[in-house]
Amino acid sequence: MTRHTLSVLVENKPGVLTRVAGLFARRSFNIHSLAVGPTEHEEISRITVVVDVDALPLEQVTKQLNKLVNVIKIVELEDAASVQRELLLVKVKADVAQRTHVLEVVQLFRAHVVDVVPDTVVIEATGGPGKLDALLTALEPFGIREIVQSGTVAIGRGSRSITDRALERVSRSA
Amino acid sequence: MVQGPHPAPPRTVVRPVRPTADGLPRPAEEPAEAQRRVGPEQVTGAQSIVRSLEEAGVEVVFGIPGGAILPTYDPLMDSSRVRHILVRHEQGGGHAAAGYAYASGKVGVTMATSGPGATNLVTAIADANMDSVPMVAITGQVGASMIGTDAFQEADIVGITLPVTKHNYLVTDPDDIPRTIAEAFHIASTGRPGPVLVDIAKSAMQARTTFAWPQDIALPGYHPVTKPHAKQIREAARLIATSRRPVLYVGGGVVRSGASDLLRRLTDASGAPVVTTLMARGALPDSHPQNLGMPGMHGTVAAVAALQKADLVVALGARFDDRVTGLLSSFAPHATVVHADIDPAEIGKNKRADVPIVGDLREVIADLLPELEREHGQHGKPDLEAWWRQLDAWRETFPLGFDEPSDGHLAPQHVISRIGEISGPESIFVSGVGQHQMWAAQFIKYERPGAWVNSGGLGTMGFSVPAAMGAKVGDPERTVWAIDGDGCFQMTNQELATCTINEIPIKVAVINNSSLGMVRQWQTLFYESRYSNTDLHTGHGTARVPDFVKLADAYGAVGLRCETKADVDATIKRAMEIDDRPVVVDFTVSRDAMVWPMVAAGVSNDAIQYARGISPAWDRED
Repeated sequence: MTRHTLSVLVENKPGVLTRVAGLFARRSFNIHSLAVGPTEHEEISRITVVVDVDALPLEQVTKQLNKLVNVIKIVELEDAASVQRELLLVKVKADVAQRTHVLEVVQLFRAHVVDVVPDTVVIEATGGPGKLDALLTALEPFGIREIVQSGTVAIGRGSRSITDRALERVSRSA
Repeated sequence: MVQGPHPAPPRTVVRPVRPTADGLPRPAEEPAEAQRRVGPEQVTGAQSIVRSLEEAGVEVVFGIPGGAILPTYDPLMDSSRVRHILVRHEQGGGHAAAGYAYASGKVGVTMATSGPGATNLVTAIADANMDSVPMVAITGQVGASMIGTDAFQEADIVGITLPVTKHNYLVTDPDDIPRTIAEAFHIASTGRPGPVLVDIAKSAMQARTTFAWPQDIALPGYHPVTKPHAKQIREAARLIATSRRPVLYVGGGVVRSGASDLLRRLTDASGAPVVTTLMARGALPDSHPQNLGMPGMHGTVAAVAALQKADLVVALGARFDDRVTGLLSSFAPHATVVHADIDPAEIGKNKRADVPIVGDLREVIADLLPELEREHGQHGKPDLEAWWRQLDAWRETFPLGFDEPSDGHLAPQHVISRIGEISGPESIFVSGVGQHQMWAAQFIKYERPGAWVNSGGLGTMGFSVPAAMGAKVGDPERTVWAIDGDGCFQMTNQELATCTINEIPIKVAVINNSSLGMVRQWQTLFYESRYSNTDLHTGHGTARVPDFVKLADAYGAVGLRCETKADVDATIKRAMEIDDRPVVVDFTVSRDAMVWPMVAAGVSNDAIQYARGISPAWDRED
């Protein structure tokens, strides 16, 4: 099995996320992560879904997704040709004795401290899964109290925009 | 940016689906004349629903009212264009809409109230989804402000039917009603047809709104591909023209796209054998010498063997269902696969396609024909003589047949084949699910698409009576036989009341073997004849609960019983003479009759048994 990142442009309507998520569940496709948000076009939302599948099932995933009436376009974003990021918020024990060491780690990973109380800090970091895993490993010895992490969001490198191209296709077919 | 930041969504004008010459659904390509414009009219949401149905060309709705849909039933009473047929159960309404769609070529419409009314529709919707039947289901929903409060008769029917509809909608704003209904009919009838559910809040029905027609519909993510790719067509034609053991594997898509006439031409031009799946019986006449019959679990030996030994399988609107392929890894092991379907997701889903073709089967075959002719012109027609010698040997050695039951009771196969012969190919035969369904698929000769209606994909027991009712409404001039089982019949026979009251004179042949016959057959074969819960006590030597003749009588239908071979023809003819009310014939048959040939579930098609314990010796033929 290999990991694939799909950008799914959908109509910004109620229930669309349920349709997409439900499709994955009933066709036995495994979702690794999922993130949804608005785009530069009010009527379009973008779902970034990371799936663990082989090439042939991936084709089925894409075709089944395309059958959903509210799905406008699906693009697979290759690792090399895209920027992929996750957001991590982690609450770490950091009393006066440990704080300097924790902050060193934060600096090394170009992360930020976004909340401080006498015995803990909350650290915000963005990056690919490899970087965030490494950060967590480095913070582990201090005592991790809580983790929250977003799904991957991804965008293609270069000047082309998949939303523009989707809308072009849409207007051509009108 | 030259244009605004939000380019206008695509606009398509919804057009009614017109019945075609062959009576099968096909979306109209261009309107014959400019559609007349209606409105804007100030109406209630309920009136807007009825007006939308009228303008969408709906002539018949099968439904039952209830609290949340009540506002819509009031203006429906005044509609002179929409005939509402009051069914006795929502499942019956749904199957009736499917039968109507089969027979009329139009979108079938069913209507139900919220909660249990809507959930009762689920089976019929799932059935239509599996068999790609164009259907629109309108359900009432509790008032918008009550949604999510577990209100009386509330059910999240949009959530429930999400996996079993082509698309569905919840409407809470009355202004959305006409556009949503227009979109529903467009989606249901175009591309790969299917059911669309429109759930409408009662509050939207009661509010004031504006109605206008036609509606501009905006579906930026819905663009069914109908025109096949020329390069793939050329490749398919080249393969058909050069293979030595080709088979055309024809599925229900050919019937849905109305491509039977073109299939006939492709069959004649290619000289290739044709197998017609359960969903495609009648797509090519059974009398055509190249038709090997049905493939699959209970297919003919010739059809199953042809696929197993083929060097080329051309799948036309078929989906490599497990009931056709048997153990998938050993299906058609030597074949190059050409797969044409309007649904891209079907291609490569089960079996890898060497030549994938996405398109409407009518266009696919229409494009294939000249390419094939060109190939033949260049290289001559392929020599299929050796192939046909082998196919004919299989046909002659292993014809469809049956033994007279040893218990002296009626052979169900005899009854069904006599119904087919006496009623003739212009009739419509609608089956339930089980042994009688397989026998009806095997022993009735189908000469035209639309003559055979059944529940193929979902395998819904109880489909027959309501679907036959819908078919009779959709095509009243034809004789409509429900070929049913005693198990199936007891699931939906309440619709006999609907048939009697509304003068829908269907004929029901209950193939009564006093058991859940197909399950019993599996118990015989795979569970050491331990008959766990398959005895229904309706046949010979039982208390006959219920007595189907009395039941028919109670419903105002004519009840007949036939128990001996000598009476079969006379009973069928008697049933044929009655045309002023439904007829139910209780054919009490042997319970030990089994469906043969058979490929057991999950094994290779090579292990087909012609009869119990008898497998063809392939090597002799190779």
